[in-house]
This record gives sequence, structure tokens and C-alpha cells, in this order.
Amino acid sequence: MQIQDIPVIDTDVLVIGGGTAGPMAAVTVKEQDPNLRVILLEKANVKRSGAISMGMDGLNNAVVPGHATPEQYVREITIANDGIVHQPAIMAYAQRSFPMIEKLDSWGVHFQKDETGDYDMKKVHHLGTYVLPMPEGHNVKKILYRRLRRVRVEIENRYQATRLLKDAEGRIAGMVGVNTRTGEPIIIRAKAVIMATGAAGRIGLPTSGYLFGTYENPANSGDGHAMAYHVGADLANLECFQINPLIKDYNGPACAYVTGPLGGYTTNAAGERFIECDYWSGQMMLEFFKELESGSGPVFLKLDHLAEETIQEIETVLHTNERPSRGRFHDGRQTNYRQKMVEMHISEVGFCSGHSASGVWTDETGATTVPGLYGAGDMASVAHSYMLGAFVYGQICGENAAAFARDRAEPQLDEAYIAAELARIRAPLARTDGIPPEQMEYKVRRLVNDYLQPPKVTRKMEIGLERILAVREDVDKLVARDPHELLRALEVQSIIDCAEMAARASLYRTESRWGLYHYRVDFPEQDNAEWFYHSRLFKDANGNMAHGKRPIADYVVELGEEKDAYNRLRVKKAANG
Amino acid sequence: MPLANHKSSVPVIVDEDKCIADKGCRVCIEVCPLDVLWINEETGKAHMKYDECWYCMPCEADCPTDAVKVNIPYLLS
Repeated sequence: MQIQDIPVIDTDVLVIGGGTAGPMAAVTVKEQDPNLRVILLEKANVKRSGAISMGMDGLNNAVVPGHATPEQYVREITIANDGIVHQPAIMAYAQRSFPMIEKLDSWGVHFQKDETGDYDMKKVHHLGTYVLPMPEGHNVKKILYRRLRRVRVEIENRYQATRLLKDAEGRIAGMVGVNTRTGEPIIIRAKAVIMATGAAGRIGLPTSGYLFGTYENPANSGDGHAMAYHVGADLANLECFQINPLIKDYNGPACAYVTGPLGGYTTNAAGERFIECDYWSGQMMLEFFKELESGSGPVFLKLDHLAEETIQEIETVLHTNERPSRGRFHDGRQTNYRQKMVEMHISEVGFCSGHSASGVWTDETGATTVPGLYGAGDMASVAHSYMLGAFVYGQICGENAAAFARDRAEPQLDEAYIAAELARIRAPLARTDGIPPEQMEYKVRRLVNDYLQPPKVTRKMEIGLERILAVREDVDKLVARDPHELLRALEVQSIIDCAEMAARASLYRTESRWGLYHYRVDFPEQDNAEWFYHSRLFKDANGNMAHGKRPIADYVVELGEEKDAYNRLRVKKAANG
Repeated sequence: MPLANHKSSVPVIVDEDKCIADKGCRVCIEVCPLDVLWINEETGKAHMKYDECWYCMPCEADCPTDAVKVNIPYLLS
């Protein structure tokens, strides 16, 4: 089959995104049934793409027998996320957490073990023990790549997916995209699609003003969130922004998860602790923000009290893994951990379920609300899932997408929709005059910072939305001089979609929740009577952005007496102190 | 609106004496997540064509001849 002289590529399962969840999903489909055709599509190169391009220094949510139970983990994440979680999905993760660690271990991923050979678990969370260091975690991507080759997954690098396709019955049917180096379009017909497109990390602007100096890998520009929206899938709790405590300007994690178990901690300017626990939650971020803005700010990571061999161990882990250029950044400012505390700040806002809870709605089977479309990793809505959650949900999606594809006939394609999308893709290349993507991106992201960054204020967000919609009016002036600029021009359209979603979702929930993530100054209280729901955002029958409430599924684990633990994160001072 | 040429100092530096891109090597170009390293048509060597860097370092780590150096972008250094 051809559409506009473009051959349509057929597959059983299409996986979009080759970072963490995507390779695991693709391998799982092949493990389920080697006869199923699987294409793994990646905007960069699977060898070095996604959040863990340089590896990872630890598991932040390992549920290891003898150290924690799935029930304890589900309880802790529910409390850390102010009750708004789909517990069956967190439980499905927690139960598969340990088998996945053992699978990765058998593949050659090294986890830290103690002298008895047991996993060397560390306590970072407020209540339980879930952190497992990976001091040699720099080679995770290499190990994943070897598995992809072994089970013969077909890999298409340097293709950006731009829109998902569905058939007349509303089931998923494939995807349209474009080669980022040649500008040539690609059409893939698929019986099932797994999205693993990562966070929406390019919505806000880092304080450095450098567009690509984001916390997230900037290739994760929210294409998946935009595509899911346009194909009619529900997104959930988008107002629960991701905001993380980072090294100022460098914008990488300060890594209290690595340094905490070795004696490092977060302090104010006086070198005093002000939070009980360094685990990233909205409640912790609110205390961090208050300290940052206070007379005892800014905030620092303190290591200068540690022994020389401990500091060397920290340097070895942090300067070779995940964000290894950190050592160079410190050198440039003469920041030696032995003498100087590391200045910290908060990140730009984004959507990322890996650290918070916003994303494309997925249930305990990894399914979105569009039949045949699955989501895993930072783009899907399972709260606080981190790298191990991406692997587990990659696996869950792989199993369920394989089953869905196996029983299905070839989907029908909507040729008129594809033609319109091909025209949208090509338009910026056809113009010789107009607005370059970089300028439009800077403008919309600067608006997000000015108007949507918490503390959120209703009137400001209304103005922000108005201004973002005005930028949207300029999309038909976007000009791209080569295929690379076309990639950026298509990304900026996803960024505008995400910025509008961020504004509307934040306006919809008229309460405060998740600490700083959704701190509304003019609705300062949590309102469980009205808002103990997931918020929904979706495209309605008229093509407009619409909202709704999704009831919270019955808890499978009761919260008990610790239910308010995350509301008591500030270090108490003695009355005479 | 007419377009201007915008200049910026880029963070990734390629040592042209060590780079073997003219002999067909494409490793750094292949692994860059942002696709900002391209062949310089004049020299046949790799260079940073777009100032869109995450200072993530696969280009430097994977280069077979140690020709690539990743610096911290000027705006945040």
C-alpha cells in the first residue's frame, strides 16, 4: 500500500521511543512471540537515547523482599502523592519490582551487594527502604541494546513520530512521522502501539535561559503527550507538575539519593538541615521552595563534613554516571565538595510520572483509553515510577500489546487524516520567511515560567493561557531551513500543546495539592470533598480541550496511622532554639 | 520577517587532528541524542553544527580516538 507515493510499513507492534521502557517493551513482545513483527522507532539513536543515555546511579524504588513489601511501597507512594494514585497500577509495579531486578541482574546490570551477597538497600524515603545503588550503572543502555539485537527487534533510528492513527472503530492503527535528517515522512500501520516517549521536559525554561539545559533529556519534548491528546486518549493530573531540586544552573540532580546514605544532606545557607527527608515529593519541594525564598536561603547540598574516602566514593559515582559532566561544572566554579557546599535551585516545570504523577492515563495493564494504545515510563501516569517503573511497565505493555496484536486483523487507515498530517509536517520547510522554531520555543517556554510556575495564581494563569494561545496562532509562520530545524519546528508544536494543557489543567483543579507541584495561592487548602479525583484532560468530539474527574479506584492497601507523614517534613526547632 | 544569522560559542569541541570522520567514522554523530553533531563539509571532520547541547557526553565517551571534548555551555558554566 502507498499513500502519496510513500510506502506504508506494516508491523504487529510499534514501540515509539527507545530509551528505557521502549527497549524493554520491544524485547518483551519478542519474548512473548518471536513471530510477531516489532518496530522500535527512536527520535535519536537507541544506543544512547532517553533519560539514561549515560546510565543510572541507582534504583530509587526497589521493593526487595526482606527490606520492604509491596504493601508498604504502595502505602508510601500513596501518601507521598497525597492520595491521588491508581493503587492497582502501583501494586502491579511493586509486585514485579523484584523479579525485574533479578531479570536485569541476569542480563548483566550490576547492583550493589553487601558482603553476604544480599542487595545493599538504603533508606531515602520518609518511611521505608527502597534505594539500591548501582555504582557501575553506566552501561545499562549497552546491555539493553544487546538484548534488542539478540531477539532481532527492528530498529528505526532518527525518526520522530508526529501523530498516531486510529481506525473507524476508534482503535489504534499506526503512526505518521518524519526522518529527522532527511525530512522524509514515514507511515507505519500497526495492530498495537506502545508509547515510551519520556517526560515532557521542554515546557518550562531553565533559569540559565539555555533552551537545552533542562533537567530532562531535552529530546523528551512532550511529543508523546501531544500525540496521545490528538488521538483522543485521556491525560491525567497534568497540574501535578514535575519540579525537582537540582544543582543550580547545571540543572542535574544533586543526588541526595546517592549522597544521603553516605552522610550528605540538604541544608540552608547556615548549613542546617530543614527537611526530614530528601525523597522527592511535592511536600518536600514546598519546604525547599520556602527555604529558597526565605532569609536563610538559598539551599545547598552539604558534603564538606565527610571523610576523604567518602567524598572520593561520591565523586566516582556522580562523575561517571547519569550526568557525568557534573564534575566539569564544579571544576569550572572551583566547587570542591571538601570545602564548599553545592548551591541548589528548583528545576523548570514539566510533566513526568517518573518523579511526580502527571501523564497519559494508563491502568495496571499499561492501557490508555484508546484500545490498542499502551504507555510506559515517564510519559504514562503511574506515579513515582522512576527507571525501574519504566522497565516494569515496558514489560507489562509488551505482554498486553502482544496479546492485543495477535488477535487483530490489519487495521484500516484514514487516508484523508494522513494527507492532512503530511501537509502539516512539510509546511515549515516550504516557507522561506517566518519565525524560526528556536524563537517560538523560547517565547512559549518563557510564558510558562512567567505565568504557570508555582505558586499558581488564577488570574496570572488565565493571562498565560491567553498568551500561549496567541503563540499558537503563529504556528503557520514557522519556518525551517533544513530537516534538523523541521524536527525543532515539529517539537515546538508539541511544546505549545503541552503548555496549553499545563495551563488548562492547572486552572481546572480549584484546590492546592501535592505541595509545590500544584500550590494555588488563591485556593490554598486541599479540598477532598471536591477534588479527591484524578483530573482528566482530553480532546472532546468538537476538537476542544475538555476536562473531567475520574474517581479514585478502591485502595488495595489502607493507609493507616502514617497517612499524614509527608505533611510533616520540616525539621522541628526547639521552642528555645 | 527577515531572518538574521545568530552566532553562539558551542560547547562541544572536536580535535581535527585526532578526528577520523574523514575516514568514515560517524560514532559521535550517531550517538548524539540531540543530533547536533554533523560533518563539516569543508574539512570532512565532525563538528557541532547546532548549539543545542545537553552536555550529556556520549559523543566524548564513545569517540574511538579521544577527539571530542564536552564543555559546559557558556550560559550556565
